[in-house]
Amino acid sequence: MKKTILVALLGVLAFGLVMAGCGTGQGPASTGKKIMVWHWMTDREEAFEELARRYEAQTGVKVVFELYAPSDAYSQKVRAAAQARALPDIFGLLGEKRDFAAFIKAGHIASLTEAMNASGAAWKGMLFEKALAVNEFKADNPFGVDAGIYGVPIDVMNIQMLYNKKLLRKAGINQAPATWSEFVDACAKLKAAGIQGLVSGWGEIWMIDCLASNFAFNIMGPEKVFATFRGEVPYSDPDWIAVFNLFKEMAEQGMLANGIVTMVNKTAEQNFANERSAFAFNGSWCVNVYHGMNPELEYGVMLPPKVNVRNNAYIWGGAGSSLLVNDRSLVKDDAIAFLKWLTDTEQQAYLSETTRNLPSNRKVVGKLPEVLSEFAKGTDNVTHPNVWPVNELPKVIERFDKGIQSVIIGEKTPERLGAELTALKKEEMAKK
Amino acid sequence: MIAAKISQFYNFLHNAPPKQKIFFGLGLGVALEVAFLNFHDSMVFWFVAYGFVTSVLLFLVLTNIFKKSLSSFFFVLPALAIFSIFYIYPFFKVLQLSHHAWDGISPKMLFVGLGNFREILQDRIWWVSMRNAGYITLVALTLQNVLALSLALACDRQIRAKNFFRVIFFIPPVLSEVVVGLIWRWIYDGDYGLLNHTLGLIGAQDLARSWLSDPKTALTCVAIIHSWKGFGWGFMILLAGLQTIPRELYEAARVDGANVWQTFRNVTIPLMIPVFVLVMILTILGSMQVFVLILSMTGGGPGYHTEVPVTRILASMQGSSMFGYACAQGISFGLILMMVSFVQMGISRKLKQA
Repeated sequence: MKKTILVALLGVLAFGLVMAGCGTGQGPASTGKKIMVWHWMTDREEAFEELARRYEAQTGVKVVFELYAPSDAYSQKVRAAAQARALPDIFGLLGEKRDFAAFIKAGHIASLTEAMNASGAAWKGMLFEKALAVNEFKADNPFGVDAGIYGVPIDVMNIQMLYNKKLLRKAGINQAPATWSEFVDACAKLKAAGIQGLVSGWGEIWMIDCLASNFAFNIMGPEKVFATFRGEVPYSDPDWIAVFNLFKEMAEQGMLANGIVTMVNKTAEQNFANERSAFAFNGSWCVNVYHGMNPELEYGVMLPPKVNVRNNAYIWGGAGSSLLVNDRSLVKDDAIAFLKWLTDTEQQAYLSETTRNLPSNRKVVGKLPEVLSEFAKGTDNVTHPNVWPVNELPKVIERFDKGIQSVIIGEKTPERLGAELTALKKEEMAKK
Repeated sequence: MIAAKISQFYNFLHNAPPKQKIFFGLGLGVALEVAFLNFHDSMVFWFVAYGFVTSVLLFLVLTNIFKKSLSSFFFVLPALAIFSIFYIYPFFKVLQLSHHAWDGISPKMLFVGLGNFREILQDRIWWVSMRNAGYITLVALTLQNVLALSLALACDRQIRAKNFFRVIFFIPPVLSEVVVGLIWRWIYDGDYGLLNHTLGLIGAQDLARSWLSDPKTALTCVAIIHSWKGFGWGFMILLAGLQTIPRELYEAARVDGANVWQTFRNVTIPLMIPVFVLVMILTILGSMQVFVLILSMTGGGPGYHTEVPVTRILASMQGSSMFGYACAQGISFGLILMMVSFVQMGISRKLKQA
């Protein structure tokens, strides 16, 4: 009897196992392929992991996202890995266009031009042109890189000014300022009401560079700025002095938050989120940051105030974060296929919704929250150093940004800064 | 026979007067540099140079081993190999890069000879950063070490709860520099900082300011925090030194009628000179290389007011992608620190003789 029961139980067990084996799973069987992705985006870690799970369920290809933060540490890791030829299949690159070019020339980054242009350029057509431009090298680029697209934007960003609606109302300001004089007046009213004016992370000097170049483009137009970079216009030119004078005026009129010259952007974000300053200069990534810090924050987005009302207002923007494919990857084609999937409408909508960033896929734009839509309106005014035909020399950029810090703290006059930069530019040009 | 000859040569080098040693070292360095400038592209040169330095190391080990037994050599060999791979090879690599213009990524490097070093001499910001590091070091040598010595003297006496104080005084050095930097950043904050708030409470609100954004105060604020963070090390070393002084000497001095100051001047100071020298060398080396605190408090700003050599090296490497120049800055900085240490050791030798 016992024997019969045992045999019956074993039979049931075997039947169950056979049925389980024959059953249809939720996704395809594992292909055994694995794609390794390195990134620095702490705010997107969970969303990436969820997307990796979905991709594995759909294709059987495992995607592993490895996060390395902060961004400085990430940059060092990527450089060290490049030197050791140990880069992952997909990675992001932080730096200027010349760094991007150096990686391509060293054979670390695969060209995506063919994949982008396949099937009537379906992939390329799906993405915002300005976001792609940051990852593109034109035929006559100064870096000597073969023309083509080398990166995939996974989101779009731009850097604009933000204003706290509540604080502006408190100071009796009904409308966000559009011109420089309106901005000065608004800051004067805020100061009278005991509210700080503009806050930004100018301890991170690239943010000073960003606003200064916005003003420069507006005052003198892009061509004259590029002529300066080529060494044809000196920094002592009245238009450049006018740019430096704006910072002097902001400092002298008390329009800036205390300690702004050594403030990192995270502190500046806390300052604005806690309603200590009425204006902020920050990128579209701030929507997610402010939401985390103060979900009740009532704010709007505006372009930097126009100094020259006849010219356009310019802002930095384009690709927020881009991912690149390692040209030496053993699963290069799979990596490209994954990036194509990642930038498809459904995944982009998910990323945009969960991380509050502007998507790089143009079809998702209609589904954005209000503040992000306001950021998206600035897309027509976007420019970026990575798409300029010429870039300033690194030493001059550093001295330019630090020099503006010196103007803000009253250590240098705009004229002195202009003269110093002109002399430095000559020295650096002579070395070339 | 060979062992005896090697030992003889080693003893000759070891017993040479300091000046001869310096000349020998400089001569070797110049010879290496000249050879490097002429044969930088030759793999043979690199092989010979690397082999030569490794051989010198081997020679130093062997001369000591021969005094014992050759079998001991095999126990030292792994450490020697690790030292050679992880110290000597990187040194040569940095030396090589310091003579090239290279962005850190491109497969090709452009040989520029001593160009990077010439540029360092003309780089005003580099020397500003050296001056800033010198100022931080000066504050550390005075404020930090005086504080450390005072507390060590206090804890060396029979006071109540001295073990508790020892632990308390050693807390700052074990805290993360980033954490310390961020906390003090908040204390120094111009709007909501504890320091300005306290000044307001005591009626000194006129002194309130954005401490880290004001060029007049930024560097001093950083230097004070560096001293606060670092005094615990000096405290521990000085306390250990004080405890090695025989108590009988103090008793004898007391019997002879010496007061506290006389005892300190004639007993404590002479016996503590080697410890003072050690603490001073460690303070100089640690303070000149201050870095994390600066990054977390000011990022080198405002302007260049808190830039130090290590932040400049990082700026060259990461900000400007000038790896070759950054390596040249690293070598120059290392040489300066070595010279400072040698001078310090020379002074200490003279003090001991006195």
